[in-house]
Amino acid sequence: MEPQFTAVADCGLLVTFSDTINDSTHKTIISFDKAIAKAMATDNDQQLGIIEVVPALINAMVVFDPLVTDHLQLEKVLRTVLKNTRQQNTQTTKRVVQVCYHESFGFDMQAVVDTTGLSREAVINAHVAGDYKVLMYGFAPGYAYMGGVDSSIQVPRKLAAVRDIPAGCVMIAGAQCLITTLKMPTGWSIIGRSPTQVLFNDPQRPFLFDVGDQVTFEQIDLQTYEQATKTKVSTADD
Amino acid sequence: MTEARLSVQFAGALVTLQDAGRTGHLRYGVPASGPMDKLAFAAAHAALGNSPDQSAIEISLGGLILECTTGAVTVAVAGGDFAIEHAGVKGSGWTILTLQQGERLSVRVGKSGSWAYLAFAGDLQANEWLGHTATHSISGFGGGAVVSEQELLINNAEVRKEREGNIETPGFLIAQKKLSQTEKIDSIRVVMGPQDKWFRSEAIDAFKNSSYQLTDSYDRMGVRLQGPDLPLDAALSIPSEPLLRGSVQVSGENVPTILLADHGTTGGYPKIATVISPDINTLVQLRSRQAIKFVPITAAEAVDVTRDFSTKLKEYIAKIAIPRGNLQQRLMQENLISGIYNPE
Repeated sequence: MEPQFTAVADCGLLVTFSDTINDSTHKTIISFDKAIAKAMATDNDQQLGIIEVVPALINAMVVFDPLVTDHLQLEKVLRTVLKNTRQQNTQTTKRVVQVCYHESFGFDMQAVVDTTGLSREAVINAHVAGDYKVLMYGFAPGYAYMGGVDSSIQVPRKLAAVRDIPAGCVMIAGAQCLITTLKMPTGWSIIGRSPTQVLFNDPQRPFLFDVGDQVTFEQIDLQTYEQATKTKVSTADD
Repeated sequence: MTEARLSVQFAGALVTLQDAGRTGHLRYGVPASGPMDKLAFAAAHAALGNSPDQSAIEISLGGLILECTTGAVTVAVAGGDFAIEHAGVKGSGWTILTLQQGERLSVRVGKSGSWAYLAFAGDLQANEWLGHTATHSISGFGGGAVVSEQELLINNAEVRKEREGNIETPGFLIAQKKLSQTEKIDSIRVVMGPQDKWFRSEAIDAFKNSSYQLTDSYDRMGVRLQGPDLPLDAALSIPSEPLLRGSVQVSGENVPTILLADHGTTGGYPKIATVISPDINTLVQLRSRQAIKFVPITAAEAVDVTRDFSTKLKEYIAKIAIPRGNLQQRLMQENLISGIYNPE
């Protein structure tokens, strides 16, 4: 499908590449996002008027300054950017995230076992074996939606959200997986806890992942988890 | 270095520290946050002679009572029409006054408006997150909520006598339309979409032609509306798409919610329309049960409206930023204006 440009109020342009989520579309979105970042980096006089880009599943939102440009002018610029961007197999960053599947953390592990008919070990193995990719951020700061959950452990969302799910929970719903960064309600199934720091107080890099990053999980035991969280606390005190 | 200390005697829910907002992190799921009413926030700082990115306190309908315990500092209150009491003297917002040691200031719900801004002549100390003090209310990241018994510290606190007095209100920048003698309904301009194609034509007609009321489900994330249902074309499961402040998102119950300063950055419900930036300032000052009518305009018109608004806003800000002078200068000016000044 040809990219579609849709106006969003006075300051946004939504560029849609597909009606459905698929790998090729997402690759195009990542390449498009990178190409815009490059154009912005050389736009010293701020003539493009682009403020930021939000890459997502089937489209990207381009936020602009309406005092500098408008929807039509920006569409022309973005069409040129698109023409010069072919989907590249750009280098993807690989991230490793540690997960402890201990029963004190996997609040919903039993439910996943019951739904899938797999053993606890099989669920963990299927989760660790997956190749994950960060598709977009949403819902709350740092909530990176990763695609790639193995079909054998895909479970639907709960009927109602559960409140006060702590930060660091590793949870799944359908084909997606994410690691919570805040205490928030969720309807996803929590299967483990990660000591890996994904939230930074750095404007240049607020969170561990960029959209498009590849993620693999590494299983750790409770002792390693406790060790890792202890180390994290002591570095935070420095 | 002169400092002023203020003790918070009472703070209602949703009273938070805010700066102009942390723009640029939507891709990480982080909305800009910052003031609900950007216009009033800018006015408070400008009238006080501050820079526009300084921190201030956003006061909700819950209200705020402070006592100056150390030093003295000049402050501005702008936004809505809040009731003020300073050292026992009652007044109204859109004012600049000096808080002396031992004096109390209360900012309380007034005749109208939902949010007021309290800015200080000095540097209000607050936690930063990603380089900004703007509070993201759901996480508490940034300056955070202002709570009872908290102490606020103002570094480089100044007394700016030359700025005391009323602040001219920007009424001319606020869109309002009287639809009948009895009913005052604010018209809120929107650009339809980006997901309006998912709605039935009767939903689009209802959205364009009916009025909607704000409900009590109103916080920094958004405000839920009450009015005719907006049925979707089909039971939907569309992929989450990025959205902006002002998005009118329609839930599975066919009920619209306008997403505001602390909105989620993506959403799986379709957005029937998006409020244009200047009119968000008008919208947020309304209260529950007040009615609005959506007025669709084209994207090109929206850009024109915003450019015109920006020009007028700059003129207004430049005007209120000029100090009114000390008491003598002001008396002289007022005499000149009223034409009864006689040189000796």
